[in-house]
Amino acid sequence: MTSSNLVYFVALPLFSSALLMLLGRKADKWGHVFATLVSASTFFIGVFEFLAMRDRAVEMRAVTQKLFTWISVGDFQVDAALLLDQLSISFVLLITGVGTLIHVYSITYMSHDRDRRRFFAYLNFFIASMLLLVLGDSYLNLYVGWEGVGLASYLLIGFWNQKPEYATAAKKAFVMNRVGDFGLSIAIMIAFATFGSVSFAGIEEKVGGASETALTAMGLMLLLAATGKSAQFPLQAWLGDAMAGPTPVSALIHAATMVTAGVYLITRSNFVFDAAPNAQLAVVIIGVITLLFGAIIGTAKDDIKKALAASTMSQIGYMILATGFGPAGYAFAIMHLLTHGFFKAGMFLGAGSVMHGMSDEVNMRRYGGLAKFMPITTITFGLGYLAIIGVPPFAGYYSKDKIIETAFNAGGLQGIIFGGAALLGAIITAFYMTRVMLLTFFGNKRWADDAHPHESPFLMWAPMAVLAVGSVASGYLLYSGKAFVTWLAPVVDKHKHEHVEFLPPIVVSILAVTAVVIGVSIALLKYRGEQASEAPSDVNIFTRAARRDLLQDDANEFMFMRPGQKLTSALLATDEKVIDGTVRGVGATMLGSARGMRKLQSGYVRNYALLILIGALLILGTIWVVTL
Amino acid sequence: MGFNSPSLEYSALAPMLVIFGAGIIAVLVEAFVSAKLRPSLQLALSIGAVILAFAQVIRLRGTETVTVADNSVIIDGPVLFMQGTILVFALLGLFLIADFEQFAAQASAVPGSQEERTAIQTGKMQTEIYPLTLFAVGGMMLFPAASDLITLFVALEVLSLPLYLMAGLARRRRLLSQEAALKYFLLGAYSSAFFLFGAAFLYGYAGTVQLSGIASAISGGAGNDVFFLIGIAALSVGLLFKVGAVPFHAWTPDVYQGAPTAVTAFMAAATKVAAFGAALRIFYTALAGAEWSWKPLITSVAILTMIVGSIIALAQRDVKRMLAYSSIAHAGFLLTGILALNKSGLAASLFYLAIYGLTTLGAFALVSLVQDSAGEVADLNRWVGLAKRSPLIATFFALFLLSFAGIPLTSGFIGKFTIFSAAYESGNTGVVVVGVLSSAVAAFFYIRVIVMMFFTDPEEDTVTVTIPPQFTSTVIWIAALTTLAFGVFPTPLLDAIASLSTFVR
Repeated sequence: MTSSNLVYFVALPLFSSALLMLLGRKADKWGHVFATLVSASTFFIGVFEFLAMRDRAVEMRAVTQKLFTWISVGDFQVDAALLLDQLSISFVLLITGVGTLIHVYSITYMSHDRDRRRFFAYLNFFIASMLLLVLGDSYLNLYVGWEGVGLASYLLIGFWNQKPEYATAAKKAFVMNRVGDFGLSIAIMIAFATFGSVSFAGIEEKVGGASETALTAMGLMLLLAATGKSAQFPLQAWLGDAMAGPTPVSALIHAATMVTAGVYLITRSNFVFDAAPNAQLAVVIIGVITLLFGAIIGTAKDDIKKALAASTMSQIGYMILATGFGPAGYAFAIMHLLTHGFFKAGMFLGAGSVMHGMSDEVNMRRYGGLAKFMPITTITFGLGYLAIIGVPPFAGYYSKDKIIETAFNAGGLQGIIFGGAALLGAIITAFYMTRVMLLTFFGNKRWADDAHPHESPFLMWAPMAVLAVGSVASGYLLYSGKAFVTWLAPVVDKHKHEHVEFLPPIVVSILAVTAVVIGVSIALLKYRGEQASEAPSDVNIFTRAARRDLLQDDANEFMFMRPGQKLTSALLATDEKVIDGTVRGVGATMLGSARGMRKLQSGYVRNYALLILIGALLILGTIWVVTL
Repeated sequence: MGFNSPSLEYSALAPMLVIFGAGIIAVLVEAFVSAKLRPSLQLALSIGAVILAFAQVIRLRGTETVTVADNSVIIDGPVLFMQGTILVFALLGLFLIADFEQFAAQASAVPGSQEERTAIQTGKMQTEIYPLTLFAVGGMMLFPAASDLITLFVALEVLSLPLYLMAGLARRRRLLSQEAALKYFLLGAYSSAFFLFGAAFLYGYAGTVQLSGIASAISGGAGNDVFFLIGIAALSVGLLFKVGAVPFHAWTPDVYQGAPTAVTAFMAAATKVAAFGAALRIFYTALAGAEWSWKPLITSVAILTMIVGSIIALAQRDVKRMLAYSSIAHAGFLLTGILALNKSGLAASLFYLAIYGLTTLGAFALVSLVQDSAGEVADLNRWVGLAKRSPLIATFFALFLLSFAGIPLTSGFIGKFTIFSAAYESGNTGVVVVGVLSSAVAAFFYIRVIVMMFFTDPEEDTVTVTIPPQFTSTVIWIAALTTLAFGVFPTPLLDAIASLSTFVR
C-alpha cells in the first residue's frame, strides 16, 4: 500500500529546523514554542497513522511512499522512499512522543541560555533525522538518517562548546561513531555486491540465494555499526563523555532514541542475521559483555548522569543480547527498548530536575535527603527506578524478564551462560540503581553550603510525570495477551518459528525477582547511612578500575591511539619521501618541458604566422599520408 | 534578365535581425546623441536588444527546422541552443563591459597623446564598444547557422572584425592592448585567407558551396580528390585558428592578456561557442561522409592541443595567460566531441560549451576585481594569500578553478565526463586516455593556484580587492551558481539538449 503522508514526518521538523537556523535571532522569541508544536504535530500524525494501521488487515499494514528517484545508474536504481510498518511505527511513536515531552521540558530547562533557539533547531533536526533513520526503506536511506542523528548528537553534545572538555567529548563521540559508520557503509557495499540491491525488501527477497559467508560478513559489519551508534563494546567509551550535553539531550538522544538505533538496525536486518548464525552469536556475545561492563561501571560512578549513562549502556546490552536470539528475541528487544525509552528518559529528566535545584551539581555524594525538598521528582524518579530494576508489575519487569527467559531458552551450556550473565546483570542493576536512589534522595544531607534545593516548575515536572506513567504501565500494556509480540510478528517472525522453553516462565520470574532483592539488599546495607561527601580513596583495585570506566580509555589509547599515531607518522614519511618525491619528479619534468615550449611563444607575429604555416603544412602532410 | 529579390523568412531570422538592427541603431546613437546620455542609452539599447533576441530564440524553440534566406541559413535545434547560449554570454559580457571603466576614451587616439588627455578631461568618452559588441554577437549567431561556405565566411568576418577592435580598447597598458589587437588582426586575416582558400578548393571539388551539396558530392564519389583534400586542410586551419587549437593557438595568450578583461571574458566564452558551432556543423554534416580523411588530422590536433595547453599553463605567472592556456586545453577537450561524430557527442559538446562559457565569464570577471593602485594585478605571485583578505572572492575563484579542473560536483566534471564518454563510445580510446591524463596535469596547476590563495601567507606587497560593482557581482554570482547547479543537477539541461541535438543536413 502507498501513502502520501509519510513525508511530513521528515519534512516538518526539517523545515522547522532550517527556518529557526535561517531566521537567526529574529526567531528567538517564538522559536522554542514553534519547534515544540512541530514536534507535537509529528506525534499526532504518528498517532493517526498508528490508529489507521491498526484498523487494517495484518498483511495491509505496511505502507510506503516513494519521494523521488535518488540514484539511477544502469540497472541499479535507488529511490528515496519511506516505509512505515509495525516496527517503524513503534519507533515513530517513541521518538515523537518522548521527543515532544523533552521539547516541553527544555523550554524551561534552557530558558536562561541565550542560544535556546539554536538548541531547539538542533532538536528538530535530530527528530527529522531519527525519523528518516527508522522510515527509510533501504540501507542507503537509513544511512542518511544515521549520519544525520550522528551530526545532531555531535552538535548537541558540544552545545556548550565554550568549555574545551565539552568540545572534546563531542569530538570523541564523533570519531568513535565514524568507526561504526564505516561498518555500515561496508555492509551496504556488501549488500550491493551480493544482492545488487540496497533496499530491505529487495535484499529479503534474494537472501536465500546468497552464500553464508557474505551474509556473515554483512551481519558482522552491521553489528560494528550498531556497536558504534549504541555504545556497545568495544566502541562504548564515548557515551559517558557525551553527558557533557544539556540533560534533555542526554534523555532524548543518549538514552531513549539515538543510542537504540543499533537495536533497530539489527532488528530491521533480521533476514540477514537469521541466515547467519555465526553473526548472531557475535551479537549475543557483544550484548552480554556490554550489559555486564555497563553495570559494573555504573556501580562506581558518583556523577549522577554518568551513572545513568552506564546504565543505558548496560540496558542496551540487554536489547542487543535479545536481538541475537533471532525471531524469539526481536519483539522482546524492541519491547525493552520502548519501556526503557520511558523510564530512562524519565530518570534523566529527573536528574536534570535535581541539577536544576542544586545549582548544576552532578556529584551524588553532594546530594542526600532531597526527597523532602523535591517530592515530585522523587516520585517520578522512583517509579522509573522500580521499572528499571524490574520490580513487578512495573514496565521493566515484563520486558527484562522476557529477555532473561529468552537467554535461558537458547538451551544447553550457552543458555545457562547467557541466562546466568543476564541474571547477574540484573543483580548489579538493582545494586547500582538503589545506590543512586539512596545517595540522591535519602540519607543525610551532604550539600554544599550555598545549595538551595527546590522543586522544578510545572513545565519541567509535567513531562516527568507523563514518562512516569509510562514507566508504570507500558510494560503490562505491551506484554498482556502477547500484544506486542503478535503486532511485530509480520516484520520479524514471518515463518512462525516454534519457540522452545527450557525453563518454565514462572521459574525465570522467581529468579529475576530474587536477583532484584539481592541487589537492593546489598545496596541498602552499604549505603543506608552514607555520611561522606567525598568519595573514599582507600578502595580496592576493582573499584578503582570501575571508576576509570574499566580502563576503556586507557585501552583505546594503548591499542588504537598510540599505534595510530605511529602509523600516521610512518605514512607521512612515506608520503613525503616516496609519493611526493615521485610527484615532484613528474612535476619538475612537466615544468621543464613547459619552459621549453614557452620559448615558442616569442611575441613576434612573424613567428606566430610561421607556426601557423608549418601547422597548415603538417595538416596537409597528415592528410596526404592518410590517403596514400 | 530580371533581378529576383531573395525571399526572407523574417520570423526565423528574427534573433539575428534584432541584434544587427540594434547594432545599426547604436552606430547612429554614437553619432548623434550627446556624450552625457550616450553610455546609459547604449547600455539600455544593447541589453534590450539581447533580451529581445533571446525572447525570439525562446519563441522559435521546438518549431520545425527551416532552411531560410535562399538556402544560406539553417535554423535547427542545435543552432537555436547555441544562439541562446551566445545571447546569454553576450548579456553577461555587456554587464561586465558596463562596469568596466577601463576602456580607452577614444579608440582612435594614440596612447599618451594630447587628444587622449583632452578626451578624458572633457569627458568625451566614446562608447563604440556597444555597437561593436552587437555586431560581433550577430556574427557569432550567424556562424553556426550558415549553411554554405560563403555565408560562413561572411559570418566569420562579421564576428572577427569587431573583436579585433575591441581587443585594442584597454585604457591602461594601452600599448600592450593595441599590440594584441594588431597581432590578432594580422593572424586573423592570415587564417581567414586559409579558410577562403579551402572554401574555393571545396567548390572546385563539389561544384557548389552548399554544405549539403558537398555532402552529396562526397557520397557520390565524383570530383577531384586532390582539390577535396587541400580544401579540407585549408578550411580546418581557418576553423582551428578560431577555436585556438595547437599549433594555431599562438595568438590566444597574447590577446587574452592584452585585451580589456571584460572583452576577454566575452570573447573567451562566446567565440568558442560560435567557432565550435560552425566546426561541428561542417564536420557533422558536410564532411561526415569523408571521415577517413580528416579524423587522423583532428585526432592529432586534439591530442597536441590538450598536451601543449595543459603543460604550458604550468609555467605561467600571469592569471590571464594561465586562463588562456586553460582555454587552449579546453579547446582540445572539445575537439574530442567533434571526433565522437554521434548524437551524444554533439549533445556533450553543446553542454560543455554552455557550462565552460559560464565558468570562464565568472573567472575573468573575478580577475578584474583584483587590483592595486595601477589597475588590475594579473601577476599570480601577488595573489598569494588572497583568501586571508577576501575569503569570498578566493572561494569563488577556487570554485571556478575546480570546475576547470573537472572536480566532481562542479559543472566541469559533468562536461568532461559526458564529452569523454561520448568520444569513448565512438571508439576514440586513445584521445580519451590523453584527455584524462592531461586533465590530471591541468588539475595540478589549478590546484596550485588554490593552494597559493588559501594556504600561503601573503607578502607585504599587497593587492586590494575592489568592492565588486553591481553588474560584475551579478555575473560572478550567476557563474558560481550555475557552476554548482549544473554540477549537482545537470539532468534538466542535458535532457533539454538531448531533445534538440541533431543537425539538419
